Amino acid sequence: MASRNTNINILSQIDKPTLVLYIILVLWGWVTIYAASYNFDDTSIFSMDSRAGKQLLWMGLTTILAFGILSIDHRKFEAYAYPLYALTILILIITIFIAPNIKGSHSWIVLGPIRVQPAEFSKFTVALCLARFISTYNFTLKNLSNLVKAILLIIVPALIIILQRETGSALVYLAFTLVLFREGMSGLILLTGVGSITYFILALKYAETFWGITCVGDLLVLTLILSVLVMMTTSRYKRRGVFKIMLIICSSIALISGIINIFTPVNWVYTLYAMILSISIYTFILSVKSNTIKLLLPIGIAAASILFMLSVNYMFNNVLEPHQQSRIKVSFGMEDDPRGVGYNVNQSKIAIGSGGFFGKGYLAGTQTKLKYVPEQDTDFIFCTVGEEFGFVGSTFLILLYVSLVLRIITLAERQRDAFARVYGYCVASIFIFHIVINLGMVLGISPVIGIPLPFFSYGGSSLWSFTILLFILLRIDASRTERGY
Amino acid sequence: MRKDYNLEKRKYIIGGFIVVIAIIYIVRLFMLQIVDTDYRRFAEGNAFLKKVQYPSRGMIYDREGRLMVYNQSAYDVMMIPREVKEFDTLAFCNAIDITKEEFEGRVKRMKDRRYNPSYSSYTPQLLISQMSAEEYGRLQEILYKFSGIYVQNRVIREYKYDIAGSLLGNIREVSSSDIENDSYYKAGDYTGDLGIEKSYEKYLRGEKGIEILLRDSKGRIKGEYENGKYNEAPISGKNLTLSIDAELQEYGEYLMQNKIGAIVAIEPSTGEILAMVSAPTYKPSSLVGRERGKNYAKLVKDKYKPLYDRTIMGVYPPGSTFKPTQSLIFLQEGIIKPSSSYPCHGGFISGRLKVGCHPHSAPIAMKPALATSCNAYFCYGFKAMLDNRTKYERTDEAFTLWKDYMVSMGYGYKLGIDLPGEKRGFIPNSEYYDKYYRKGRWKALTIISVSIGQGEVLATPLQIANLSATIANRGYYYTPHVVKQIQDSEIDSIYTQRHTTMVESKYYEDIVEGMRMAVTDGTCRIGEIEGAEVCGKTGTAQNPHGRDHSAFMGFAPKNNPKIAIAVYVENAGFGATYAVPIGSLMMEKFLNDTIATDRKPLEERMAKSNTIIYSGVKKH
Repeated sequence: MASRNTNINILSQIDKPTLVLYIILVLWGWVTIYAASYNFDDTSIFSMDSRAGKQLLWMGLTTILAFGILSIDHRKFEAYAYPLYALTILILIITIFIAPNIKGSHSWIVLGPIRVQPAEFSKFTVALCLARFISTYNFTLKNLSNLVKAILLIIVPALIIILQRETGSALVYLAFTLVLFREGMSGLILLTGVGSITYFILALKYAETFWGITCVGDLLVLTLILSVLVMMTTSRYKRRGVFKIMLIICSSIALISGIINIFTPVNWVYTLYAMILSISIYTFILSVKSNTIKLLLPIGIAAASILFMLSVNYMFNNVLEPHQQSRIKVSFGMEDDPRGVGYNVNQSKIAIGSGGFFGKGYLAGTQTKLKYVPEQDTDFIFCTVGEEFGFVGSTFLILLYVSLVLRIITLAERQRDAFARVYGYCVASIFIFHIVINLGMVLGISPVIGIPLPFFSYGGSSLWSFTILLFILLRIDASRTERGY
Repeated sequence: MRKDYNLEKRKYIIGGFIVVIAIIYIVRLFMLQIVDTDYRRFAEGNAFLKKVQYPSRGMIYDREGRLMVYNQSAYDVMMIPREVKEFDTLAFCNAIDITKEEFEGRVKRMKDRRYNPSYSSYTPQLLISQMSAEEYGRLQEILYKFSGIYVQNRVIREYKYDIAGSLLGNIREVSSSDIENDSYYKAGDYTGDLGIEKSYEKYLRGEKGIEILLRDSKGRIKGEYENGKYNEAPISGKNLTLSIDAELQEYGEYLMQNKIGAIVAIEPSTGEILAMVSAPTYKPSSLVGRERGKNYAKLVKDKYKPLYDRTIMGVYPPGSTFKPTQSLIFLQEGIIKPSSSYPCHGGFISGRLKVGCHPHSAPIAMKPALATSCNAYFCYGFKAMLDNRTKYERTDEAFTLWKDYMVSMGYGYKLGIDLPGEKRGFIPNSEYYDKYYRKGRWKALTIISVSIGQGEVLATPLQIANLSATIANRGYYYTPHVVKQIQDSEIDSIYTQRHTTMVESKYYEDIVEGMRMAVTDGTCRIGEIEGAEVCGKTGTAQNPHGRDHSAFMGFAPKNNPKIAIAVYVENAGFGATYAVPIGSLMMEKFLNDTIATDRKPLEERMAKSNTIIYSGVKKH
C-alpha cells in the first residue's frame, strides 16, 4: 500500500534535531519528576504509586499518540481546522458546567480515575484555526477587519477558559500576538502591549519605593518613556547631531536639578517631566522646520504613555479595593505573603540558590525533598533542576529550550505555504510563553501564573498537549516539499 | 507562493526576544546560585524545621460567667524517622510507661499511609499523643539519648463542672476525611466532636502558628530563620459564653439520674437555653487524654445510649403536651370559643371508635379541658375542624391548614439550634395520608389520635420546650440556642429574629389561663411553687414499647415568665408522677436558687427513684 510507504518515508523525513531535543526534554523531565516527588521511602521510579511511574505511563501513551499524528495525512490538518475549532469551543463551554470544583477551578473533566483539562488541548486547535484563517488567499493583517477577526478567534476560547477559573491557561493565548506580529500586524501594537505591561508592573512594583522624595516607580517609567521618545525621534529624523542636542538638553536639565538639590531636596520625577517636555518641544520644532508629520508620532506616544502611567496610579489607588490591591501586589511579588505566593517564591529561590555551580547531585536535593517548595513536581519543577544540577544544569536546560524554540522558528520559516508557517509560529509562540513565564516565576522575576513547564511538569494533559502541538508541525514539515504549490 | 521578505525579517525579532530573555534568566541564575551565598547557607545541612505552634482552644463559660471548660497542657511525642539512630527501646518504653509491643505497634501505624497519609520520614510524625506532665518529666531527663524524638506541646480540655457531656461535646484527633475536607487540619491535629465543640469548632480552634527554625547538619537548632520574619504567632481560639446555667444543668442531671429522658429549659424572652439534660449522661472528662479511646468505646456499647442526645435527637409522641396547640388552632379558626363545651362520657365515642378519658365533670369547656387533660374535648374539636365543609372545601385542605399551624409553632422541622444532629420530629401532611390510606379515603376520625399528641406526630423535647416558651411569650419565639456570646464576634442573626406563629396573641391568654388552672385545680397540682404562679400541662404518652412516657411542659411565673421547660421521662408512667415534679423543681431552683424545705422530700424522691428498670433494656 502507498500509505505504508508514506509512513516509512515520513520517519526518514522528520526533522531530527527537533526530535532529539524533544526526547531529551521528556526523559529529563521524567527523572526530575521522580526526584521532585522522591522521599527516600519509595522504591522504584517505575512504581505506579509514584508520580514518576504515572508519568511513564503517560509517556508510553504519548509515544502512541505521536505515531498516530505522524500517520495522519498532512492535508487533513488544514481541512479539519475549522470543525476542530468549533468542537473545541463546544467542549470548553460544556466543561464549565460539568467540571467539578477542583481547588476553585472548573476546568477538569473527570473520567473515572483520569482527569483531563480540555483547555490544554484547545491550544493546538486554536493554532490550526488561526493558521487556516491567516493563510486564506490574499489575506493581509493590514486590513483592520481581518485583524479583528483573527483576535476574536483567539480571544473567545481564552474568555471561556477564564470562566473556568483558569486565568493562567487563558493568558497563554496572549502568545498568539507574536504570530500576528510575524504575519504583518503593526509592530506598534506589540510595542504598545509590551510597553503597557512593563509600565504597569514597574509603576506598581516600585510605587512605594522612594529615593529621598522621588518615587522610584514613576522615575523608572518616565525614564523609559524618555528613552523611547529619544530613540523614535532619532530614528525618524535621520540627520546627524540631533541625538547630541537632545543629550545636551537632558544633561543641562539634570545639572540644574543637581544644583537645586544642594539647597533643597529635588523630586527627580519633575526633572524627568521637564526633560520629556523639552525633548517634545525640540521634536516639534524639528517637525515644523523639516515639514515632517511623522515626527509628531513620538510626541503623541510620549503623551499617551504619561497619561497611561497616571491613570494606572489613579485606578490602582482610588478605584480598586484594598484587598484587590493586595492581591495584585502579591501576585507581582511586591508584597510579602508568608503563607501564600510570597513564601513559595522565596522557598523556590532558596532551593535554586542552594544548588551552587554543579548542584547537589541527582536525588540529593534537600530543599525539594523537605517539601518546602509547593507544586514542586508541577509548576515549580525547575527548582529541582536548579537544586540538584546547579548553575551548569539549569543553564543547559535553558539552552535546550532556546534551541528548541529557535529550531521551531527555522522549521516555520522553511515552509512554502502560509498555513504551515503560521502554524509553526503558533507552536513557537506557545512554547515561548510557557517557558518565559514559568521560568520567570520560579526565578522570582515574573508574576506567579500557574502554567506548566513544557515536557517537565508532571501531568498527562500538558505532556499530550505539547506533544500534539509539536508533532503536527513535524508531520507537516516532513511533507513540506509536496506542499505549497 | 506568497512570501513577504520584509515580514520575514521579523523572525529575528521573535528569535532575538527569546534569546534576550534566556540571557536575563541565566544572569539571574548566576546571581542566585553563584554570587549570592545566602541561599546556600540556608539550605546547608537540613535547613529548616517547621514547628507548628498550636493555639490555645477557646474557653467556655456559663451564662453567669462561671468557667466551665478550659485547657491543660499535654505533650505529644513526635518522631522524625530519618533522624533516629540507635534506639534504646526499653529505656524509652519505661520512661513513658508503655510496653515494647505497644511501641512497635505505634511505629507501624505511624508509617502506614492508610492511617497517616502525610507520612514523610523527613518531617515530625506523631508517635504518642497526650502524655501527662509527669510522663513528660521522666522522658525529658533522658530525651538527649534519643535523636529524632521531639516533644510537642499541646492543649487538651479540662472541666470545672464535669457535666453536660453531650451538650459540650469533646475533642478528638482528626480523621483522614477531616483532613481532606478542610486544609486547616494536618494528621495528629484535634477537632471538636459532638456538641458545641463541633458546631463552634471554627471559633474555638483559633489559628495555628508556625515557627521556622534553622538546623545544622546534625539536627541542632541554630535559631530562627531570618530572625523569625516568616514566623506566625498562633491566634487563640475565641471564648464562648453559653446561655446554660451550669448549676441548673448540674441540678437537672442530679434529678435525672437512673432515668432515661430529657429536660430542656429555655428563657422565653430570648430563646436562650438554660439547661438541657439528656439522661443517662456521661462525664465529658472521661473523653480526654489517653483513656479517651477506651471510654469512648464503652459509651458506644452502652445499651442506654448515653452518646445519643435525647434533647434534640429523641423523637417522642408529645402526648397531652400537644393539646394547647390544638386549642390555639381551633380558637384562631373560630371552631370553638373559650366557652364552648363538649360532652365527655368516659371518652370520645363515634360509632365503633372510642378514645378513652378519665373521670371528670362533663360537659366541659376549653380551660378545664386543658386543666384536666380531657381527651374527648380535643377529639371533638379536631373533628369539628376537619369536617367543617362551610369553611374548607375538603378534609385534606383543612388538614393542610392544620399542618401549617403546627409548622408555624416550630413542629415538623428542625428548629435550627446551634448543635449538631438535631432531628425534625414528624408532623404528617395530607400527601402522607393520601399515600397511606389512598387519596380521599381518610377523614377526621381516621386520624383522630393526632389531636391528643399520639398517632403519627412526633416531637423532640426541644420542640416541646419551645412550645412552652411560645405560650409564655403569648405567641412568638426565638430559635433556641446555647451560645449567648462569641468573643469578638456576634452570634448568628437567626437567633435574634422573632418568629411569630399563625395564632393571634389574644388566644394565647386563654391557653395560659387553662395551663394555670392545670396547676391550681388540674393534673399538675404537685407542680406549684410558692409565689411563682406556675403554668403547666402534663403528658402521658402511650408508646408501643412498654410503659407510658411521663411528660411535662410549663413555665413560670405566669406573668413575665422567666423560664419555660419541657421534661420527658421514658417509661415513667403518668406525667404527674415524674415529669411534673422534676420540671417544677428545676423551675424552683432557677427562680429561687434553693428548694423550699417542705419540698425537700419530693426532691429526694425524684433523685433517688429509678425508672431505668422499666425501659426494657437489659444491662449487661
